[in-house]
Amino acid sequence: MREIATDGRPDLSGPARAGRVAPTLDVARVRADFPILARTVHGKPLVYLDNAATTQKPQAVLDAIQAYYTGINANVHRGVHELSARATDAFEAARERVRAFFHAASTREIVFTRNATEGINLVAHSFARPLLREGDEVLISAMEHHSNIVPWQIVCGMTGARLRVVPIDDAGGLRLDELERLLGPRTRLVAMTHMSNALGTITPAAEIVRIAHRHNVPVLIDASQAAYHLRVDVQALDCDFLVATGHKLYGPTGIGVLYGKETRLEGMPPFLGGGDMISSVTFEKSTWNALPYKFEAGTPHIEGAIGLHAALDYIDGVGLEAIAAHERELTAYATGVLQEIEGVRIYGTAPDKSSIVSFVMAGIHPHDVGTIVDREGVAIRTGHHCAQPVMDRFGIPATARLSIAMYNTREDIDRLGRALRRVREVFA
Amino acid sequence: MGDLNDLYQEVILDHNRRPRNFHALADANHTAEGYNPLCGDRLTLYLKVHDGIVTDVSFEGAGCAISKASASLMTDAVKGKSVAEAEALFERFHRMVTTPPEESVEDMGKLSALAGVREFPVRVKCASLAWHTLKAAIAEKKRTSTE
Repeated sequence: MREIATDGRPDLSGPARAGRVAPTLDVARVRADFPILARTVHGKPLVYLDNAATTQKPQAVLDAIQAYYTGINANVHRGVHELSARATDAFEAARERVRAFFHAASTREIVFTRNATEGINLVAHSFARPLLREGDEVLISAMEHHSNIVPWQIVCGMTGARLRVVPIDDAGGLRLDELERLLGPRTRLVAMTHMSNALGTITPAAEIVRIAHRHNVPVLIDASQAAYHLRVDVQALDCDFLVATGHKLYGPTGIGVLYGKETRLEGMPPFLGGGDMISSVTFEKSTWNALPYKFEAGTPHIEGAIGLHAALDYIDGVGLEAIAAHERELTAYATGVLQEIEGVRIYGTAPDKSSIVSFVMAGIHPHDVGTIVDREGVAIRTGHHCAQPVMDRFGIPATARLSIAMYNTREDIDRLGRALRRVREVFA
Repeated sequence: MGDLNDLYQEVILDHNRRPRNFHALADANHTAEGYNPLCGDRLTLYLKVHDGIVTDVSFEGAGCAISKASASLMTDAVKGKSVAEAEALFERFHRMVTTPPEESVEDMGKLSALAGVREFPVRVKCASLAWHTLKAAIAEKKRTSTE
């Protein structure tokens, strides 16, 4: 039987390890680890620039999932038999890996969810809803993904609380002065993104937390976009909650992470009821399991957690610092290439941004742009990116968006540039 | 595999650039709003129907080239037709953009320019938004959606 934890890991002895001193990234070597990058689309080599929607998976992740099912598949936290014990060990090892990745103090603070959306909903219903009274306020920003808007609207609707929005400036930067102004005696929670999926803006999450804590207001950080581009350390941020999603961290879909400070999670009622989240059940009364299991009802996404474990190992093997440097360099390059193309306008020009470039082409709808570049083998996202308020803020219905991950190259950007020139030809 | 030139035919690019009947209709007696949440395409359709005949039709809105051209071509195609004829044309149009090319589309005039959409399944909703909105307007539903 193959050991699931050690197969297919990147070799850490190479140049990637040296990243701490001078971050370098061997893109050719990284690309070789992602089997899908070798395929063609419409007869042309794939250029995948839709990473903000989901990232591709390295072979190490696929191997870990395969090894789980071929070697140790069983339900977790239940049986006394060997496979169940091994599956439980692997599942809990994944939790420890997530804890280390986000530098949480304890695995009791790491709850596995389906995705970031579920994490936000959990906090909305188990933390905010019991707390909110009529006239209370929840504070978000104008560049949130719908997943960090709608759950708050729902609990505000249930409680009579009010959702208030910190505006962004014309470059797409968060107005910290407005955050300060809007934090009031009725503010019960701040929920904000660490990186905008529509604009690429990186928000000063630690500063947001500091300001909110000065007003004794807890903070949830949505790290869905940030977590695979920059180091996210929950203790350094001092956030009360943080959510992330596995499939953007080069891991499988259907697995997400909620971090919550132990003191916060302890005081919260369960979100979903069922097996695994109880310590005892009678028809009269059930008592809840300890953290984090109180929040993990039912059979979890075991292979998802194991795949995520392999993905985080892979990321750290390459080195987040090296990845971040590579992506910033490519973002600057892509910005330059786009600016050379007639009629292109870029949205989101905040000084601190990375990996995402949103743009429109004069007179051509982003949807048409997307279809034409797809025929050239180039995958980009077009639409409102589940951030309609951002589109409204800039008075546009949609944008085209390229988003960069560790395996993208200048050649990818050049291919997009040529595809966009083709768009101009079609619409000439 | 569909060719881009089949999708972005000259007729479509022309109707995208210069959409016909692209204005509000003050004395419309049927209107409907169409919305495609996938790409944010929105259009408002205005109809004047008298004695079962579409005597005038127009639209406003914003969308991709396919949805705009389709709306423009549709307004030209149904103007002067009976409601029953317009609905029958919708059925034929829908077949044309969603099923393999079995029947001839020669008699569909300029609408046949949109036949290439069938090779681009994710764009079918763009092409059919105006037609769904037409159906809703005839039925006087306030709003329609292709989702």
